[in-house]
Parts: sequence; structure tokens; C-alpha cells
Amino acid sequence: MKSSSSALEKNQTRNWTRKDLISIRELEIWELEHILDSAAAFKTVGSRDIKKVPALRGKTLVNFFVEPSTRTRTSFELAAFRLSADVVNISASTSSLRKGETLKDTALNLQALHTDIIVLRHSSAGAPKFLSERLESSVINAGDGAHEHPTQALLDVFTIRERMGRVSGLNVAIVGDILFSRVARSNIWALKKLGAHVTLVGPSTLVPRSFESIGVNVVRRLDDVLETADVINLLRIQIERQRKEYFPSLNEYIRFFGLTKDRAEKLKPGCLIMHPGPINRGVELDSDLADGARSVILDQVTNGLAVRMAVLYLCSTAGRKIR
Amino acid sequence: MSNLTIQGGKIIDPATGRNEVADLYVVDGKISSAPPPEGAAAISGEGLVVAPGLIDMHVHFREPGQTHKETIATGSQAAAAGGFTSVVCMPNTSPPTDDPSGVAWILDRARQTASINVFTTGAITRSLAGEEMAPIGSMVQSGIVAITDDGHCVQNHELMRRAVEYARMFDLAVLDHCQDYYLVGNGVMHEGHWSTILGLPGWPRAGEELMVMRNILLAELCGTRIHCQHLSSAGSVRLLRNARGRGVAITGELCPHHIALTDKTISSFDANYKMNPPLRAEEDIDALIEGVAEGTITILASDHAPHAVFEKEVEFDQAPFGIVGLETELAIFLTILLHREKAISLDQLIAMYTVNPAHLLRLRKGTLRPGADADITLIDPNLEWVYRKEKSLSRSRNTPFDGKEFKGRAVRTIVAGKTVWELGADGVRA
Repeated sequence: MKSSSSALEKNQTRNWTRKDLISIRELEIWELEHILDSAAAFKTVGSRDIKKVPALRGKTLVNFFVEPSTRTRTSFELAAFRLSADVVNISASTSSLRKGETLKDTALNLQALHTDIIVLRHSSAGAPKFLSERLESSVINAGDGAHEHPTQALLDVFTIRERMGRVSGLNVAIVGDILFSRVARSNIWALKKLGAHVTLVGPSTLVPRSFESIGVNVVRRLDDVLETADVINLLRIQIERQRKEYFPSLNEYIRFFGLTKDRAEKLKPGCLIMHPGPINRGVELDSDLADGARSVILDQVTNGLAVRMAVLYLCSTAGRKIR
Repeated sequence: MSNLTIQGGKIIDPATGRNEVADLYVVDGKISSAPPPEGAAAISGEGLVVAPGLIDMHVHFREPGQTHKETIATGSQAAAAGGFTSVVCMPNTSPPTDDPSGVAWILDRARQTASINVFTTGAITRSLAGEEMAPIGSMVQSGIVAITDDGHCVQNHELMRRAVEYARMFDLAVLDHCQDYYLVGNGVMHEGHWSTILGLPGWPRAGEELMVMRNILLAELCGTRIHCQHLSSAGSVRLLRNARGRGVAITGELCPHHIALTDKTISSFDANYKMNPPLRAEEDIDALIEGVAEGTITILASDHAPHAVFEKEVEFDQAPFGIVGLETELAIFLTILLHREKAISLDQLIAMYTVNPAHLLRLRKGTLRPGADADITLIDPNLEWVYRKEKSLSRSRNTPFDGKEFKGRAVRTIVAGKTVWELGADGVRA
């Protein structure tokens, strides 16, 4: 791990002290950069023949997913494997929450089994913070309600930085369901801290004006951002939730906010097209665009692994001297 | 029977306009203009305010049904420690207080276990379900002092109109928890800057204001007194100001947390900041204080809502709404309204806890007029103290004010001439 140790040494003067990763909003800029630098080092592990380092050997990680997820859970699980940690997966249906046990009691039980890291996905905003204040273990937020999804934002800015060489000064448009999106909130904080200009695009019901109070632009026409955007991040429209109160139909959504081929022609040549997945082909974006040259959707998935390795490593060794 | 002289205190009785340093006499448990016979007990009121016993017209004592949170006995002890000689219980007990036998049970239980006067309201609708009228007249005969579906809100305006019309026959006030269910949805905090950041479902101001407006229209239509409970929003104050200016029989109530705290506190995700209606923004606090100062809001109350620690120590959106408040409310209002904002005089503040609720509910309480029940609260408006929840007499501890410093508090609570609570060296009781 030669390259990774040199990257980690960059921030030896400022020692990582957080045992938990709860939100991007609370991170210092140097902490954000430190995670990204560490992730760059860990990314090299994935391209080796033996995709494994002993960094977390002997540590136990629990993937505690109260809300279902395949993509994020698998990514955390693989990240933990590559760090040589032992992993247990618990879902809502297999946990005692079903039997009426409180979140606190379930977590205390996990701690009593000497787990080192709990990765929590929960439908309630604030659940990871609640746990982190009550447990010695590291708590990593894998998405809490509509609050934050920090590792998603980290992998997004990692991908932007990798492709564009920087984040500062870029125009980033985030499109779609912002109100109910933890991805949007974490992205807003990460992008702002790193100096990007953030514009939110979407129907007024899903992108309320109140977002302006946190320092981003809000526009109502996707066409208004096409020519200036360096990055366009299309959030998933949650068809399964049937939010008929928020917009009348999918057709109407696509008419105003779908990234069609016609609209894509107005994009800058180097504009990155991003999507946190799973994508609805033909809804958020045209199917061909998802597979096109400007799409970095699969890079995001690959980088998610590196970012999560960095987060697991930093938080579980917080305050300890890095060897 | 109890005889007593309180010597040299500053008597403030807003009902009669009295404000003077004098001795106050109690003969046979009643206020008297003549001194008690020789040998009666005497206590010093020097440096203290001698006020009519305070009334909190909005408490949840959880009995029957949820006695792990509070009982009429423990709630009354907490009330006495806060300076309250009378409380009015809300009907969202388990089962709900929606029939005469339930009312009779509570009043009987209070006679057996409470150290203070415990009044109760009855439900507007059966099971608080908002679907059919509860037996209001029979509950009046059993002793309710008002009707309310507090904790819930009758959404059917036609049903509310009939209930309001019916209540008038008994000269009964209707108390309303103002919440439009459609607008509020699953909201758990004020909809605004902080709900945007935290991603928690928002509870917009309009969800309260729409029902305040509804109540103004119905009070106007039916001529019944309607009282809007625990107002939280600037718009509600504006609506109330306008309606009262036109002489509509509408009143408003303020709870201490709505002027002491904002929605920013919820970034802690601590459910002790979760109440219904929610904590709002600075501009709402300013409007509520202005509403008190100008006389638009005329009643102060706690909305004392005890919950067990294990019930509150859960995910924020899943925690129950409400906090305890009886032991801190007077102190918070003295600290903010009297000392910090100088919004009202001490006489006005006492009126909002005595003659005003007594008048609304037609209680023969809230005054030191000779012949009245000798319910008396001794207040030291300048005493600096720190609230410690572990010393609370309530059965519950769900408060955001633990460790907070206040200026002013009750130091002795007297019911029918007998001291039921007194501030001791430990800050709790003698």
C-alpha cells in the first residue's frame, strides 16, 4: 500500500478524529478532502490481482439495513471485505425490530457482541446520529430518511474530481426530487464546501424555494441549465411511491425535466452525466445517454467502493496512530 | 379549618385590580377581609408577591390508562411545585374522557389523590375520532369545564359547527388544538429552513392558521367562546388580533416552549424538542411575544405532556409529541416576558394565569377577593435558580430545559388555606 500511505501522510498533521460519519454538513473542508485523498489511494486496491489489504483485519462490521437496499449494502460489504474486516448483514426483516425491540436496544445488543463498525440505513432522519451518541462503535450513515447519504455524495464528488480534475468553480445541476432526497442534501453540502456552484432543477413541489436559504440556486426549467452545466446529476424519480400529489404524471415530468437527446445536444461537450441509480431509463434520462460517453454512472459505482473503504478505515481507526 | 395570615407581601390580584403591600387573611379556607382569630398561623410574605393561586388550563395527567407517564397524584405534585393550585386536564386519556362516567371517575380520583384542584374537560367527539358528538350535556352535569379534542382536531367543519352551537347552550367554552390534517400530513417539525436541512417532514404554519381561521368564523357564526390552544405561528397571532378587534369571542393560549426555543434545536434530533404544534422560527417568537404584549394572546399554559424516557428515546419521527412543563412554565414566562423582553407587567402575567382562564372557563377561582377559596401562590419574581429534571415531582422527565437558568419562580403554593408545596433548601420542597 505504498501509494495509499503517501496520500494518508498528507494529512498527518491533522489527525482524523471522527469515529462516525453522520453527515457531510458537519464535516470540515479538510476532512472532506482527506476522505477523497484516502479513497484515491484505496482505489488502487481494486485493480490488483489480490483485491485485499489487511487494514481492518480482526474488525467486525455490521451492515444494519432497516430500510432495504442492495446497491449500497453490497458496496459497503465489498469495501469491508477488501479491508479484511468480518461482515454480518442484518435487515429489517431479520432483526428484532420486527418484534418491537427499539433501535437503541438492537444496537446495544450488537455492541455487546463487540462489533467495531455499524453501517446504518434507516428510514428515519437522525437515526444514525441517535445511535452514534449511544454507542462506542463507529456508526456510518448509509442513508437516513431524507436527511443525508454521505458516502453517495463523497463518491459523486470523487467522480467529478477524478474526471474534471477539480470541483471548485464547476456548475453542477441537480435535477428531480430534491425534497425527499438524502442524496441531494449530502451532495449540496459536499459541492458547496468544495467550491462548486449548485443549481437545483425540478418542479416547485419537489424543489421548494426553502432550498435557496441554504445557499443554492433554484430554477424551474431544465433548459435553463443545459448550456452552462459542467455536471448534471439526475436523481431518481420514485415511481414506486406514486407521488401523484407532487406532479401529475410521468409524461409531464419527462416533458419538463427529462434529459432527452434533444436537450442533451445543448450540453457542453465535456459535461458529465451522473445518476445515483437505480435509473429509470427513459424517465430521468434517455436510455442511450445513460450508456453514452458522457455518462459516468458506472464510474460512480466503482468509486463508491473506494470511498467507502476510506470512510470505514478512517472512522474505525479514528484517533489512533496510523501504522 | 385553616386560618392563616400572610404578612407584608405584595398582593397582586388582577381580578380586582389590587396591587399593594398588605397582610392577606385566610379564615376557614377562604380569603377574608378581617384577620383570623388569635392563634392562627402566620407566614412572612416579605419580598414576595402574593398572587391568586395560578391556573394551568392545559395539562395531560394521563390517568386513566397511561399511569407509567403520569398520574393525577404525581401531576398534581408537579403542578404544586410550579405554583399551580388548579389545573384543567385534557380528555385524551385511555380510554378518552368522552362520557359522564369517565368524567366522574377522574374527579373522584382527584378528590382522593390530588393536593390541588383538578378540573377536567370532556371530548368534543366520541373517542376523539372527529365523527360524532360526545354526550356533552351529560358531561357538563358530571362536572366538565370545557370541551376539546386536544391532541386531535375535528376536521369536519360542519360537525365542529354543531358542537360549538351545542356547547353554547351550556355556556361552555370550546378549546381547539388547531391542526389541519391534510396540510400537516406526517409533519414532525416546523416546515422551513431547518426541515429543509434535516429532511424531516414539515408541519407548515398554514396547518395551524387554517383552523384558527375556521374557529374565528365559527365563533362569529355561533357566538360561542372558542379558545385556540398552544398557538405557535405568527399568522395565528395576526388572525386573532383582527378577530378580537372585531369583538369575536375568540381567545388564544401560549405555551412557554414556543417562545423559548426554535426549530434549530431539532438539528440535535433530540425528541425532547418534539412537540405539537412544533417549535418554529425567530419571527414566530417575536410575533407571539408581541401578541402577549398587546393583549391578543390572553392565556398562558404548559401543555404539560409527560412521556416515559423509553418512549422518547427513539428515532425522532417515531417519538411521541410533547414535553412536561408544569415546573418550568412560570419561570420561563417570568424570565422571557417580564425580565428579558419587558413585554408585560407582573400584574398582566398573573392575570394570564388567573382571572383570564377562570373567566373563560367560568371557574370560581383566580382571585383574592374576600370570600374566594384561599388558593394562593407566593412568587419570588427575582429568584435565580437552575432547573434540574432529576428533582422533578412529575413521573416523567421529558424536558428540554434541564440545567437551564431562570429568574423567578413560585416559592409556596397554598390550596384552601393549606400549604401544599414549599420551596426547600434542596430546591424542591420543605
